[in-house]
Amino acid sequence: MSSRQNPEIMTLEKGCELIDAAVTKLKRILEGKPEPAFLSEEYIGYYTAVYNMCTQKPPHDLSQQLYDKYRGIFEDYDTHTVLPSIMEKHDEYMLRELSRRWDINKPMVKWLTRFFFYLNRFFTARRSLPTLTEVGMTSFRDHVYNNVHFNVKQVIIAMIHKEREGQQIDRALLKNVLDIFVQNGMGSLERYEGDFEVFFLKETASYYSRRSSRWIQEDSCPEYMIKCEESLKKEKERVTHYLHSDTEPKLVEIVQSHLLVLVAKQLLEKENSGCSALLREDKTDDLSRMYRLYHAIPNGLEPVAEAFRLHVTAEGNALVKQAEDAATSGSVEEQVLVRKMIDLHDKYMVYVTDCFQNHTLFHKALKEAFEIFCNKKVAGSSSAELLATFCDNFFRKAANDKSSDDSTIEATIDSVVKLLDYISDKDLFAEFYRKKQARRLLFGKFNDDHERIILTKLKGQFGGQFTSKMEGMVTDMQLAKDHQTDFEEYIKNCNTGKPKGVDFTVTVLTTGFWPSYKTSDLNLPVEMVNCIESFKAYYETKTKHRRLVWIYSLGTCHLSARFDSKPIELIVSTYQAAVLCAFNNTERLTYQELLEQVNLSHEDLVRVLHSLSCAKYKFLNKQPASKTISKTDSFEFNSKFTDKMRRIKVPLPPVDDRKKVVEDVDKDRRYAIDASLVRIMKSRKVLPHQQLVSECVEQLSRMFKPDIKMIKKRIEDLITREYLERDTENPNTFKYVA
Amino acid sequence: MLWIKLFCFVITIVCAAPLTDLERDINNYIEVYHKYSSRISNLIEPEGIEKLCSDLDVSCTDIRFLMLAWTMKAEKQGYFTQEEWIRGLMALRADTIDELKKALPELEKEVRTPPNFADFYASTFRYSLTEEEQKSIDIETACQLLDTVMGSTFRPQVDSFIEYLKIQNDYKVINMDQWMGFYRFCNEISFPEMTEYNPGLAWPLLLNNFVEWIREKQA
Repeated sequence: MSSRQNPEIMTLEKGCELIDAAVTKLKRILEGKPEPAFLSEEYIGYYTAVYNMCTQKPPHDLSQQLYDKYRGIFEDYDTHTVLPSIMEKHDEYMLRELSRRWDINKPMVKWLTRFFFYLNRFFTARRSLPTLTEVGMTSFRDHVYNNVHFNVKQVIIAMIHKEREGQQIDRALLKNVLDIFVQNGMGSLERYEGDFEVFFLKETASYYSRRSSRWIQEDSCPEYMIKCEESLKKEKERVTHYLHSDTEPKLVEIVQSHLLVLVAKQLLEKENSGCSALLREDKTDDLSRMYRLYHAIPNGLEPVAEAFRLHVTAEGNALVKQAEDAATSGSVEEQVLVRKMIDLHDKYMVYVTDCFQNHTLFHKALKEAFEIFCNKKVAGSSSAELLATFCDNFFRKAANDKSSDDSTIEATIDSVVKLLDYISDKDLFAEFYRKKQARRLLFGKFNDDHERIILTKLKGQFGGQFTSKMEGMVTDMQLAKDHQTDFEEYIKNCNTGKPKGVDFTVTVLTTGFWPSYKTSDLNLPVEMVNCIESFKAYYETKTKHRRLVWIYSLGTCHLSARFDSKPIELIVSTYQAAVLCAFNNTERLTYQELLEQVNLSHEDLVRVLHSLSCAKYKFLNKQPASKTISKTDSFEFNSKFTDKMRRIKVPLPPVDDRKKVVEDVDKDRRYAIDASLVRIMKSRKVLPHQQLVSECVEQLSRMFKPDIKMIKKRIEDLITREYLERDTENPNTFKYVA
Repeated sequence: MLWIKLFCFVITIVCAAPLTDLERDINNYIEVYHKYSSRISNLIEPEGIEKLCSDLDVSCTDIRFLMLAWTMKAEKQGYFTQEEWIRGLMALRADTIDELKKALPELEKEVRTPPNFADFYASTFRYSLTEEEQKSIDIETACQLLDTVMGSTFRPQVDSFIEYLKIQNDYKVINMDQWMGFYRFCNEISFPEMTEYNPGLAWPLLLNNFVEWIREKQA
């Protein structure tokens, strides 16, 4: 052949001859037929031929014709060779042929592009025509892909179905073929999605829909869930093996939808194996699985949380009922009930943190469940009262028990604070607790450390205002001890000696911290009067700015009673002591005489006399000897009394003050509501009724749940007192009256 | 300067004129007034009121008499001052007792129109307060008053409400807010269906309880 400098014109005919030969050779090579590979001179020759033909001066500039020839080669090949070879096969063989033909097409495009390369340099760009690569690929798409993809898709889906049924399939093949779908989108996933994915997803949906209907009938909830997990795992693997990664979210959504979402109600409510059953039988693994499965679905966890809430509520209600039943047959066993509630809480909190991964929905469900049964009354006592009684008993026992260790005490206190959080009448609890704490501090044994621990925790949770009075009480006890030491010093230094040889201990309480106690104008025996006076004198030296009010109803006296057989020490209340000492001067007194001498109210005197003459120990003989005290009775010192004990404690049964506590709390609530309403209206100036009510409830919710009726009443009261008025135009709105 | 002069000139003219119609009317009113007023206090006192009612041929507790009192803007029940008297008769253009009597039906029609009636209704409450600092009226009085004022227009509601007031124990007196609440109730809520009634709104608690009581009876 001539060199480049040779101006010999190459005709199209000649050029095509050359090219055809090259193409034939190429085809043979690519189709795997025995054919020697291209030598580099051959390659250069083809390239040069094209180059010459393109650079020849017109009319011999054959670029357009060469471009058309190039296209023609592919169209011809694809239409007459490639497509038929694929179409004549079936099933997997068809796929293989397609895959093979695709694998041939690529290098063919590559090689021919190299031969015809010169066209790409100027011709295609100048004329804005598709590049040689594009032409080659487009030809395949238009003449091969477009005609086979439907059938291919059918085969693919059939194969996937086989794999789902447990058979092995050629995954690599599928991967290749699906890649062809992707590539034929020419840069977008349109063909993959439109020609394959949409059908695949539809098929998947109906597959899993059938599955789930069968499984839901046959399997228990745990079994179903395991199968579900398996299926999801397998489908995800499928994606990594041969599907495009974009398919994963859509696939997962469909599987979840059919296996979990559409059957959620049936699954969770399954008779003996559904959510409640799992909770009942503590199947934590299955519950964790349930959480995992439903966590991935938007709003999927809600029915699970609901089942959880219902279950915990049912358990709690059962505990309350148990306690109610026990109460009707015997006594209210607060210790047992509260302990059980604490245990229930701990148990299900573990579920929330472990199985349910600390998810807020489940925390909320637990809270709501507890709020329901923790606010139920048991045998007339509110839960607030029960909890306060529980604490009281607990602290009394702990103070007596030297061996109790601090960590269990703290753990119990923590649980109490947690339970209190669920109780809406927190202010009621505070009041009961305060009353009982007072008795504990004054009469029982108490442990200063324990008392302070719970108060610190309550303060941390509910604020300083909640605990300020109680803290004041505990501090008072400490101060009282100091005062007592001081007082005893004073007595010693005062040269008056012990007042009539009586040991005297005083506890000074700060009014306001302590519950209000009735005072009485008790006429004390003369020995006690001296004690009072000496303390008064001492207290004067300490401060002149305080007034002492003596609460005799809280005092205790140790008396030595000289009965005929032997003297016995009696530990009695001050009231009882006053009555007994009255008999120091006379053998016999009538009710009236006692009333005058001792100066107690009828109610109190009856109680005292009953405890001394009609109860277990009869220190006084009553005439007539009936079981109740009447105003016409008379009493005599029972010198014949004796007992094997040398020391007897005579309890004075306390007055039941539950009603009073509730009344006091109600009164405080009325003030709190008033204050809250005024505060809100002062800042808002004008507010519709419903908003006012809801803001008020919101403000007070930390301490108690206000009754809507009470709020309405308070609003009306405030209107009458001219703090608020109704808006004349809109009677549903209130205005603040400055 | 010219301005001021002119002003003075105008006044002089008025003083020199004979009695106007207005002045003549007022004299007439005062004349009638003296037929009922007490010599000592120059007020129409309960006795005078009774005589007046008899002459007008209405009972003292009749709604038309209350409306008359309202027109006068009378402040104290059982008494009319001269000023109130004049105000009332002037509004009704009644020179004599006869004319006053004839004006009453027209007055009733006038007062029963919406904005007037609300004002009238409120005033009847205030009118029945007898003591200085009093803010509420007792149930007995309230029931009578309701019957008088609202009985003819809202008979079923009034009867039902009066029955309720008598048997309930929560309230011993009615205040202005509750009084007006009942008026709104009659005007806004169908009876006895009461479907529009929403206890969550700002109705007085008394009405909430009333509605609940009726519902329980219906059940």
